[in-house]
Amino acid sequence: MDVYLPIANLSVNGLWIVALGALTGILSGLFGVGGGFLTTPLLIFYGIPPTVAAASASTQVTGASVTGVLAHGGRGGVDYRMGIVMVAGGIIGSGFGALLFRFFRSIGQIDVVISALYVILLGTIGTLMAREAVQTIRGTGNTQAARRRHHPLVASLPMRWRFYRSGLYISPLAPLVVGIAVGVLTMLMGVGGGFILVPAMLYILGMSANVVVGTSLYNILFVTMATTIMHSLTTKAVDIVLVFLLLLGSVTGAQIGSQIAVKAKPEILRLILAATVLLVAFRMFLGLFYKPDEIYTLYPL
Amino acid sequence: MLFAFALMGQRDPILVPEVSQHEVQVRQGFTGTELLLFGAVLDPAGRAAGSGYDIVVVLKGPSEPVRLREKERFVGVWINAASSDFRSVPSFFAVASSRPIAEIVDEKTAAIYEFGTDYIQLSPSGAIDPEEQARFKTGLVDLKTRQQLYKQDFSGVQISEQVLYQSRISLPSNVSTGAYTAETFAVRDGRVIASALAEVEVKKVGFERIVADYSQEWALVYGLLAVALAVGMGWAAGRLFALM
Repeated sequence: MDVYLPIANLSVNGLWIVALGALTGILSGLFGVGGGFLTTPLLIFYGIPPTVAAASASTQVTGASVTGVLAHGGRGGVDYRMGIVMVAGGIIGSGFGALLFRFFRSIGQIDVVISALYVILLGTIGTLMAREAVQTIRGTGNTQAARRRHHPLVASLPMRWRFYRSGLYISPLAPLVVGIAVGVLTMLMGVGGGFILVPAMLYILGMSANVVVGTSLYNILFVTMATTIMHSLTTKAVDIVLVFLLLLGSVTGAQIGSQIAVKAKPEILRLILAATVLLVAFRMFLGLFYKPDEIYTLYPL
Repeated sequence: MLFAFALMGQRDPILVPEVSQHEVQVRQGFTGTELLLFGAVLDPAGRAAGSGYDIVVVLKGPSEPVRLREKERFVGVWINAASSDFRSVPSFFAVASSRPIAEIVDEKTAAIYEFGTDYIQLSPSGAIDPEEQARFKTGLVDLKTRQQLYKQDFSGVQISEQVLYQSRISLPSNVSTGAYTAETFAVRDGRVIASALAEVEVKKVGFERIVADYSQEWALVYGLLAVALAVGMGWAAGRLFALM
């Protein structure tokens, strides 16, 4: 089924794009991540221009996280106060991201920077996840959950607020900074940032585990909305036809994923996610250190 | 729009060119198209122009200024190093001829009329040494060739009965929109004896056009629509699966 993408300016096989959306949708249903880290690189490998891929992937993540937010919100799994602070940070961050994007584009290193970010972030997180999953499977890991505590730096920040659902009494500056960092990444990498947000909430902020996924999805939902608008205004690279195809797959995939999640063993799931993350990181690593896909790249003036 | 003219001398033939379609419509389902460039070569009296000539057709898309960056290894990492600017890079370029160009004209003539992807005039700007310039140009042509946007076919023109010629050139789906020019040249004894120009307009129509226009002129509305689409589809899927 040939579909012409009016912004990307090329024709693609629509079924492949829907399948790609379904794949990331299943991931998001299984793990509560948006799946943007997989969509963006795969779209680029398929031949979609990188900016269009990143912009459209962030819109897809919006759709994939809506149902998650509704489900978690329904059973009190979202700390709205924390969420709003982070979203505010995220919007500021996506503004910074847009400036950084323009800066790296002007010095001609935007593709290198994006690849490097993918390798560093996905490589680190994939390794950590894989190690943890293997330890759990072998039963050698520290099965006793570490006592929940926020990072000492967080405690030193001034002006404290109460975040009841997270069980925290900390400065709102901490989640604001986390939000800004994730917003920058969303704009640059076309990812929702769930894979950074969840560990940051657990290990830096020390939020209570039952609101982490819901609040992360809440943040992702609004930040990807903001980045879609930001991309529409600056890069003008959101391809609505591409978004529609991706959504068709991912909203269905997300439902399937959440049903698998109930049945499957969590540590096996985490190992699969870790392997996927590492695979993407490795592919990017090859382009950066072994041999780039293209020696020459064209930029319109 | 179509106009033909003889170049020089009274005994030189006249080219009457035509293109199968003067407007290529890019709409949903567009996967590229094939243009048929055809026509006749006649002498001024209207008879067949005789034997011994070759036909070369050059189809060119709208030009744009670009910057080409070259990746280089820097402490183990491939980063963008040198770059070169070109003021007029055709978005599409195809040459077809009835015989290999080297057998028809000499290199100088080929360069003047851009008979071949090696001879595209890209107007490089800035002072860079010729060797580096050539390397960048090769890189650019290679990139565009692999995207199917630059091509040459030295047996792509058929001449029948010494009068009619025809050539098929395929446009891939990733062509840029804009005004394309199809130039036809009749060559004899290494000399271009007649040339003619036809124009083809490639444009988005219907839904594709609306999307492209809106994304440019109503960026905020377009962005909000994209968000609404995402939220709507996500929500609808959730409801649908909840019912099942």
